[in-house]
Amino acid sequence: MADYEIPETHEFPIIPSIMEGAMAHSAPFVASEEFQTAMGFPSGAETGQLIDGWKEKFLELLEEKLGKYRSLQVFMDTCVKCGACTDKCHYFIGTADPKNMPVARQDLIRKIYRRYFTFAGKFFGKLGIPGFVGAAELTEEAVREMYSYYHQCSECRRCAVFCPFGIDTAEVTMAARDILSMIGMGQKYSNQIIPKIHKIGNNLGLPEAALADTLEGLEEEIEDETGVKVRLPLDEKGADILLVTPSADFFAEPHVDGLMGYAKVFHAAGVSWTISSLASEAANFGLFIGNYEAMRNISLRIRDEAKRLGVKRIIFGECGHAWRVAYNHLNTLAGPWDFLDQNYPIPQHILEFTKDCLDRDILNIDKSENDHMTLTFHDSCNIARASRIGEEPGSQFTTPREVIKAVCNNFHDMPIETIHDQTFCCGGGGGLLTDDLMELRIKGALPRMEALKNTVAEKGVTHMAAICAICKSQFTKVLPYYGMTMDQIVSVHQLVSSAIILEGQGEEAEESDDAEESA
Amino acid sequence: MTVLSIIYVVLFYVAIIVLFGGIANKVMLYKRVPAPLKIPVTPAPITRGGVVYRLFYEVVFFNSLFRASKWTWIFGWIFHVSLLLAFFRHLRYVISPDVFFWPLVNNQIVQSFGHYAGFTMLLGLAGLLARRFLVDRVRYISSASDYLMLILIMGIATSGLMIVYVAHTDIIQLKAFIMGLFLADPQNLPSDPILLVHLTMVLFLAVIFPISKLLHAPGLFFAPTRNQVDNPREKRHLSAWGAEIEKKDGRNA
Repeated sequence: MADYEIPETHEFPIIPSIMEGAMAHSAPFVASEEFQTAMGFPSGAETGQLIDGWKEKFLELLEEKLGKYRSLQVFMDTCVKCGACTDKCHYFIGTADPKNMPVARQDLIRKIYRRYFTFAGKFFGKLGIPGFVGAAELTEEAVREMYSYYHQCSECRRCAVFCPFGIDTAEVTMAARDILSMIGMGQKYSNQIIPKIHKIGNNLGLPEAALADTLEGLEEEIEDETGVKVRLPLDEKGADILLVTPSADFFAEPHVDGLMGYAKVFHAAGVSWTISSLASEAANFGLFIGNYEAMRNISLRIRDEAKRLGVKRIIFGECGHAWRVAYNHLNTLAGPWDFLDQNYPIPQHILEFTKDCLDRDILNIDKSENDHMTLTFHDSCNIARASRIGEEPGSQFTTPREVIKAVCNNFHDMPIETIHDQTFCCGGGGGLLTDDLMELRIKGALPRMEALKNTVAEKGVTHMAAICAICKSQFTKVLPYYGMTMDQIVSVHQLVSSAIILEGQGEEAEESDDAEESA
Repeated sequence: MTVLSIIYVVLFYVAIIVLFGGIANKVMLYKRVPAPLKIPVTPAPITRGGVVYRLFYEVVFFNSLFRASKWTWIFGWIFHVSLLLAFFRHLRYVISPDVFFWPLVNNQIVQSFGHYAGFTMLLGLAGLLARRFLVDRVRYISSASDYLMLILIMGIATSGLMIVYVAHTDIIQLKAFIMGLFLADPQNLPSDPILLVHLTMVLFLAVIFPISKLLHAPGLFFAPTRNQVDNPREKRHLSAWGAEIEKKDGRNA
């Protein structure tokens, strides 16, 4: 573990006094010309330099955004600086940097809007005192500050829950990042990943052959464990269901245990399904960088593959932002889906599928398989505040909990002000899950870690379940910094996987368990 | 007609045009700019009626602010309710006794609540101003204009209360002046200094409304995060410019 200053956790959350400039040094690597070009973005003379004529371009792009996104236009005008959001961001709580207060983060670009697009800002700007009405000149320093602080926002929308006007900082962050990309300041992490998804099929760059190998390995693992042959099909034409899942599910812990869980549920439900190598990624980083066309192109792969494979349904695996894009935008960006079976939600979440199987009582569950754990559940921001799982408003909170309770005996929630739509981001979402932002990720995890630690102490919770690939990866990395262990984070379908008893799973399986132990 | 009255007639007309023209202009802009993507903050209503209820709850009770900060909520809510009561009280200066709802305006309840509202408005504003000074986070995000706007409205409330309790004005003549504006038949305005201060500040507030954060009032209804129905899987949402992109490459066909 590298050395970072770890924020102290407390029994009750503490809102810090502001410390100006505390995180001014934090910024992710800027994309080099290679990655900028691959995305169709321009580059300056050197990596990290702005393009010629950046100022005019910035204002031109901002004007264009204001004309294309009602959210941005309205949000630029309606903030009254009431302060309701100021203590709601996990990055502010973890870093005390006032520019990590949502309103201050928005103001980085709102000041420019006020200065160049409003009467008040232009008037006082000409008098030389734009700050009088919350406006400011567009300088290179201001742009660099934007790059830093718009990459200290995980687009989690917790601030938007509390804003009396529904102002969503995520919308502002996305607009700002897109503008920054177009003046030479794209983020390396996201811009490096997106082209891979088109070239190879997933963010990891896992080619078809390797993927086939991996899936075969997982089939063997399940067979060793249960004695039952459960298939994980790849590129099978004519399957009913296309599973689109984050590529971390193919290799990372605890993600992969979740993938085996989906496979077992599909097997037990007796449906035919397949993964597509060309669409072997649910993630859509186009959302993070605020680029509509990038997000659309990534979404269209799924349309193309659904058509090519002739599936009738699409189901998404456990991934937060991917579900946000799938649930809200797949229809907009890659629809209409008139060629799929209209009797099922398009797309459907794996939890909706599993919950339905549980409701219909077609799964054979032995809850005691999970008795060595006491669970809590982390609501992922994009599922809690930006989408829905299930039929009713708020069923994105009940569905995962009901599934967990159906397969585990021991479950306790974390404090109410840290779950449901008030959930705290894991600290690594929104395109920040990169090593060059490790300090930010550790500090941003503070409120969640604090709530978890207290629940561990009070309720004897041993593990936290999650339904997002980024949450799982982030927690695996930051839990040790807070005195916990990386295996305390589990996938919800990992719990399902442990508890499900497949048909034909019997003594043979136990024998192989023993064999494994003695080996 | 006194020179003073002529000046105020002009100021009133200018202020009214700027206020209503400015707001109409902004509202039309908000309507014109498309919302290309579904972005309701969830849990969100799944019907139109549900959205109306959600917005109603926000507008009347400041639901989100209540969840965010009890202090800001209590002062903010007291201020806005007081503003509404004061508005009702003032209606009797701008409507004719012949209008059928005159008794609804000109009665003991509306009039006395309107008086109390002057005091509670000051209380609410003082709380909001104190918060701006005292809470380091709010102080950090405040510009001069944020303080001045509170002080301006406090000035309006104070001068209004002074007209009631300290130095009465010729209210009959004031009403004649206002009704004259409606009928394009200018009348004299009483020249009491406190009244003039009161009116000047109100006119200034009207003029800055469409160019300031006061746009939160109409803007609230246009936030896609709050006014969209949560039904993206059931109903395809597509903006005009999104459709243009589709047409170009035909990949959604």
